[in-house]
Amino acid sequence: MKKGTVAAAWLLALSGTAHAAFQWDFQTPVTRVATEIDKLHITMMWIILVIFVGVFGVMFYSIYAHRKSVGHKAEHFHENTTVEVIWTVIPFLVLIFMAWPATKAVLTIRDTSSPDITIKATGYQWKWGYDYLKGEGEGISFFSALATPRDQITGTAPKNEHYLLEVDNPLVVPVDKKIRVLTTANDVIHSWWVPQFGVKQDAIPGFVRDTWFRAEKVGTYRGQCAELCGKDHGFMPIVVEVVSTEDYGKWVSAQRLKLAAAADDPNKKWNLADLKARGEKVFAANCVACHQANGQGVKGVFPALDGSPLIKEPKGRHIEIVLNGRPKTAMAAFGKQLSDTDIAAVITYERNSWSNKTGDVIQPSEIKAARK
Amino acid sequence: MSAVIDHGHAHGHEHHPSGIMRWITTTNHKDIGTLYLWFSFTMFLVGGILALGIRAELFQPGLQFWHPEFFNQLTSMHGLIMVFGAIMPAFVGFANWQVPMMIGAPDMAFARMNNWSFWLLPVAATLLVSSFFVPGGAVAAGWTIYAPLSTQMGPGMDLGIFALHIMGASSIMGSINIITTILNMRAPGMTLMKMPLFVCTWLITAYLLIAVMPVLAGAVTMVLTDRHFGTSFFNAAGGGDPVMFQHIFWFFGHPEVYIMILPGFGIISQVIPAFARKPLFGYSSMVYATASIAILSFIVWAHHMFTVGMPTAGVLFFMYATVLIAVPTGVKVFNWLATMWRGSMTFETPMLFAVGFIFVFTMGGFTGLVLAIMPIDIQLQDTYYVVAHFHYVLVAGSLFSLFAGFYFWVPKWTGRMYDEKLGKWHFWLSMIFFNVTFFPMHFLGLAGMPRRIPDYALQFAGFNEIASIGAFGFGLSQILFLWIILKVTVLGRGERAAARPWEGADTLEWTHLESPAPYHSFHEQPVVK
Amino acid sequence: MTPDERARANRKLLGKLLVCAAIMFGFGFALVPFYEKICEVTGIRNVFQPDAVAAENTQVDAARSISVEFDANTQRLPWTFKPLQASVSVHPGEVTQVLYEVRNTLDRPVTGQAVPSYGPQQAVLYFKKVECFCFQQQTLGPGEVRKMPVVFLIDPKLPREINTVTLSYTFFEVNGAQGGRG
Repeated sequence: MKKGTVAAAWLLALSGTAHAAFQWDFQTPVTRVATEIDKLHITMMWIILVIFVGVFGVMFYSIYAHRKSVGHKAEHFHENTTVEVIWTVIPFLVLIFMAWPATKAVLTIRDTSSPDITIKATGYQWKWGYDYLKGEGEGISFFSALATPRDQITGTAPKNEHYLLEVDNPLVVPVDKKIRVLTTANDVIHSWWVPQFGVKQDAIPGFVRDTWFRAEKVGTYRGQCAELCGKDHGFMPIVVEVVSTEDYGKWVSAQRLKLAAAADDPNKKWNLADLKARGEKVFAANCVACHQANGQGVKGVFPALDGSPLIKEPKGRHIEIVLNGRPKTAMAAFGKQLSDTDIAAVITYERNSWSNKTGDVIQPSEIKAARK
Repeated sequence: MSAVIDHGHAHGHEHHPSGIMRWITTTNHKDIGTLYLWFSFTMFLVGGILALGIRAELFQPGLQFWHPEFFNQLTSMHGLIMVFGAIMPAFVGFANWQVPMMIGAPDMAFARMNNWSFWLLPVAATLLVSSFFVPGGAVAAGWTIYAPLSTQMGPGMDLGIFALHIMGASSIMGSINIITTILNMRAPGMTLMKMPLFVCTWLITAYLLIAVMPVLAGAVTMVLTDRHFGTSFFNAAGGGDPVMFQHIFWFFGHPEVYIMILPGFGIISQVIPAFARKPLFGYSSMVYATASIAILSFIVWAHHMFTVGMPTAGVLFFMYATVLIAVPTGVKVFNWLATMWRGSMTFETPMLFAVGFIFVFTMGGFTGLVLAIMPIDIQLQDTYYVVAHFHYVLVAGSLFSLFAGFYFWVPKWTGRMYDEKLGKWHFWLSMIFFNVTFFPMHFLGLAGMPRRIPDYALQFAGFNEIASIGAFGFGLSQILFLWIILKVTVLGRGERAAARPWEGADTLEWTHLESPAPYHSFHEQPVVK
Repeated sequence: MTPDERARANRKLLGKLLVCAAIMFGFGFALVPFYEKICEVTGIRNVFQPDAVAAENTQVDAARSISVEFDANTQRLPWTFKPLQASVSVHPGEVTQVLYEVRNTLDRPVTGQAVPSYGPQQAVLYFKKVECFCFQQQTLGPGEVRKMPVVFLIDPKLPREINTVTLSYTFFEVNGAQGGRG
């Protein structure tokens, strides 16, 4: 390869790098726990710096001064009990010095007593579900899934500022209140993590674990799932909006209204056009990651829906698969996550899109009847 | 010590088969050592290609090359292949070549079992790699295969479990062999506390292996029965607990990482005194420190589980026990420095890697200390900070010590010197590109980037780009290493090596055997004073 | 040592080390009951049995109030499952009953088993369940709705620093369709 080409390639790579973002320390803490963790880390870094300079100072000096090439002759000592005792005891004391503030922090992190609000965060493959269990907002419940459009991920559209860290329904909590978070999971182990709160807690299926935070600043805070949970582990972020007490009250009322309005009438009769329109939205939010927007799937991995034999069969089988999933595959049981109307809409959309033209119209009541 | 060089039998007397049959049926520790080393280097290159696949995807935000489920296969298999296919067999290869020579024994205690121990490995490797081609693909639950994710996966997981069982059996047999050889076959006069430190560290490592590989076998068997035979070890529905998998796995897993570094400590403890022309400082403390590290390694496993919600008393115990390991590890570093101090040092390639090891491994030790502090670990668990930490100790640690050992001992194995100029290039390129790849990962972890993700938010882009460039550089540097190996072994190009090319080396293989070492050495055992 | 003696010594050591390996393999499996025992002793998980409540009167500590919150989850079970009250405030030592409601949304009988879990974990040592629907499997007929009680008391020895406890249940289906394993 010509030297010039190589140089140009390097410059290109480096120039790209120069424009890219470089965040290199903890994100700004907004809770006392996160601030405490920050301070512990700084203490550790100072201790490490001192040891680093001491140890490697000695080593590089030795490398310089005790070389054969400058004529240094080897001495023959190979033992010195005093020195050995000293350099065993001193590190031991340094460790005790580290352990004391660390212990205090552990005890603070563990204290989940007297919360103002208790919220349950349930990990799903691959989104979070939030239930407000106690305190203002009790009874509110919703899913929170990645909202970054697919084309930004595949590179056909430019990435927005909060790429991969945005959701459709963020968790909303009031500022300066102690929020107790119970984590659990629906399928495999996930982990709920918000760096600026200093909170990370594994979400284990079949069990609850509790942790807490008290955010001291209004703002929007973003985190990610922190335990490998399958293919979209990197695509199920957490977004928490910390708002003033007043705004929180307003949000709670708005949520309650929304929940009431969103309860679709299960006996409503839909027409094909309306179902397809709604189904397209459901498809984009839930199915596109595997089956792709063009319904072609991924060869050998995720089946195509466009022209699929499943579409040619009577709709019962199709409904059954969407409701109950397919064991041992990534096809989840959407019956648990989506309403009758949403499922009816997405199946209608699939059976009447791309080259599929069955003309089937599936009503929500059919889905309700099929749940078994 | 007697300076009589053992010329072994004249070459005409060798009556072992030649060609392929020689390698399949050999019971000679030198041949088997060679087999292990070639196998491990091949697996190292395979694992390396997987790593480049990972870093290519992570070069920029967005999904460019792989689907997320395949990316998870890349990360999991990279880990499994490097741990079980590259690092562990490489150290066993060194043990096979070196332990009998260094204790004045003619061969390993169980020569035929030695052969089986090796040949199980290509079988296991084939099973593991073939899992890429079954429906659902290879293991994709991380090398740590946590339940219930692992109980959910396709047949690739079963192949992985069988491969682990086979590799475990190979390790256990190999360890039994090593322990028996060391305990029963030392030359007269070589007491346990007179053994070269490489032999000591391998003795301790072998005990660790026998203690924990069976526990891994138990854990993966439980995953297998949960998957296919209706048990519920890790399934809450049946009264089980997914967290129990983590306890059982890490009870194996933590000693495992010490298994991967203690022989490396042994190699460094041979190289530094040789090139400082000074005896190892504090031999007994080095032995006691190694033994303490091994014992402590059994009681720290839950520091990998600080975020599962353990009771507070458990968290505190594991935090204290973990930071305690820094003490004996620090002692070893200080002893190596004291060995260098006021020595008469030269810096041929083995010494470059040994000194480089001390520098970079210690940095890995520092980040381990940071992670041990549980409140800090809450922010760093499952992030790139952890990835940085373990690559510092495993690559800059284990791998660099293996490089040091290779350059140190290859004159004894082949009778030829490696190309010193190329060796130095290999060192500097590896050192520089290693740091370019992995140092930025500390920042990524601090900034909040989780691990095991194929795509990331924009604030992580800068350091990811640098890390990927470094990774490709590091990979290319190992191709240079491949050339260095081929040149001195297969191609036989290089200066003829003296019996003792390293002035300061004084163990039995240098003082009593010619270079290359004869096929059968020490039919008559030397007497050690 | 003659070669024969050495071979014998080697074989003996081989035997001993193989036994060690076998013991460690057994130890891996023994970790299962070991783990359960430790959980029992530290009280992390004690399911399926009524808790022994001391025969003598458990003194009610009227000066202290504990907020007990209730949570419900189902896994792969077509039931709606919820507590009828989000929380109650109790005094340690006071016997309390709460109700959970389950509804079978299918038109065939379904049997489920509830597994309890507590936050914080160590509360389980002090959370004494006298009666609980989690002690047996529950079979619901088609479309059936049932209110199920949990009768409990909190041991006054609950550490002072804990004043909020969550009792959470996860209902799993039993026999037949559950598990997802082929």
